[in-house]
Amino acid sequence: MANANGPRKINLSANPTPKALAELMIGDIVYLSGVVYTAREGIYARVLENGEAMPLDLPTESAANFHCSPAATQNEDGSFVLGAVTATASFRFSKWIGAWLKASGAKLIIGKGGMSPADYRDHFVPNGAVYLTTVGYGTGALLGRGVKKVRDLHWKAELGLAQAMWVLEVDKFGPFIVESDLIGNSLFERENARIAEGISKAYEGTRPAVLKRFGETDDRTDELI
Amino acid sequence: MISIEVVEKTAQILMKKAAIEIPDDYHSGLKKAAIEEDGDLSSFVLEAMLENYAAAKEDGRAMCGDTGCPRWYVKMGNEAQIIGGPVALESALRRATANATHSVPLRPNRVHPLWRTDHDNNVGIGAPEIEYAFEPDGDWIDLITVHKGGLFGTDYRMLFPSDGIEGIKRFYLDSLVAFGKRGLACQPAIIGIGLGGSKDSCMVLGKRAACLRIVGNRNPDQKIAKLEDEFKILGNSIGMGAMGFVGKSMVIDCNIEVGYCHTGGMQMSVHAFCLSSRRAVARIFGDGRVEYRTDPAWFTNYQRRETVEWQMPTAQEKST
Repeated sequence: MANANGPRKINLSANPTPKALAELMIGDIVYLSGVVYTAREGIYARVLENGEAMPLDLPTESAANFHCSPAATQNEDGSFVLGAVTATASFRFSKWIGAWLKASGAKLIIGKGGMSPADYRDHFVPNGAVYLTTVGYGTGALLGRGVKKVRDLHWKAELGLAQAMWVLEVDKFGPFIVESDLIGNSLFERENARIAEGISKAYEGTRPAVLKRFGETDDRTDELI
Repeated sequence: MISIEVVEKTAQILMKKAAIEIPDDYHSGLKKAAIEEDGDLSSFVLEAMLENYAAAKEDGRAMCGDTGCPRWYVKMGNEAQIIGGPVALESALRRATANATHSVPLRPNRVHPLWRTDHDNNVGIGAPEIEYAFEPDGDWIDLITVHKGGLFGTDYRMLFPSDGIEGIKRFYLDSLVAFGKRGLACQPAIIGIGLGGSKDSCMVLGKRAACLRIVGNRNPDQKIAKLEDEFKILGNSIGMGAMGFVGKSMVIDCNIEVGYCHTGGMQMSVHAFCLSSRRAVARIFGDGRVEYRTDPAWFTNYQRRETVEWQMPTAQEKST
């Protein structure tokens, strides 16, 4: 078992100050309090491609965009039952993220697996945003516990429960891990580089397939995203 | 005769159990991995997952917010009879899936691939998948639900006899490394490998090896069992742990299933059954009794038979 103290733990507002953001280091564990909202491809396409108005005042109400669809339902009386909450993989939203950061003023993007170094450099750093990754994935029950209230659900009829925008009041919502910082360092990139050093040992005694695939590479520092 | 009400009620309980309760075999495997893990971040992740399983059980909420794709495996003893027949059975499983999506709640994941139509209940064209198998005797049916997570961690490749074990190992490592980075595969996982069959059945074998065999279980072919041991160690020697962080917990177990294939080929598939390995099983007997368990016990000698005719098991085998 590893060091019992483990990584540093930080409580952060979902509308963080520039100072609080600057203090975050990759690998820190973060718990959020305040308001977070879910937005993924359905919302991005509606706002950024169809030009629809934001259904809430961003970033005043929240600066934390969660790439997520909760395991939740709405009762006939309008009330909500929210169980577990787990992120979805963020790299698929690359084509919208720059415009979204500008339009929404989001400072925290929360999701699964991080985004590419180019996304951090070109979009996150200029907009003063950082990326928090969920843990596991996913600690759905722990995150569910951190949701105190569903404040609102936008575009349910248009997008369905999974793609709709859930506005969540949260307290000590986490854990999350700081994946990118304000200058664009990436925890996943760092770990990939460390693992790459020893990876060839595991491959000893194996051989490439006789039938190749187009575009195939033997460079194991490559990534799929 | 098995009543459809019992089928539906049992199926709905299974949906809930699968979503909330981590199966004992996987739980033990992960606890062992957490003790052995020495990477700081990987350790933190594993401890958080263990805490998450406890929270899910305590609160009665799903352990993962991404329900994956709920699916059903139905196995019927040769003498099993269901009132209303297989059509009533399928309706009951579809109703249980839809109802449990609201009552647990689960995330409604299933949408039309093109029009993205969402019924908000995990039911639609071809969803949930329902697969069948039969056993030579018994008046029972086994209902198994698996909520198979993930868009990542699965791959297929046509290998050839000349690729040999070295080629199998290479594709296995490639799959783990490619989808293990950033933890896209939600490892450490039960890795299932399908070898042989044809392209579709190879995928089915690998998925079943991951989802329908438990941690610690071994293929009855001694040489395959040895490969399973070897592959587990190999996967954990990459240097990668949970979420793609430096570590050594990638594979909780590796299960291999084979099927006879074309003489010129050696199909291979790799599947990862994620950190929330959701499966639940119940046997419904002809007299209406229901017994719950977590081991699907899918791969019997009958399922793996090699011969034209099936030799009925001896009385001694039957009793075990």
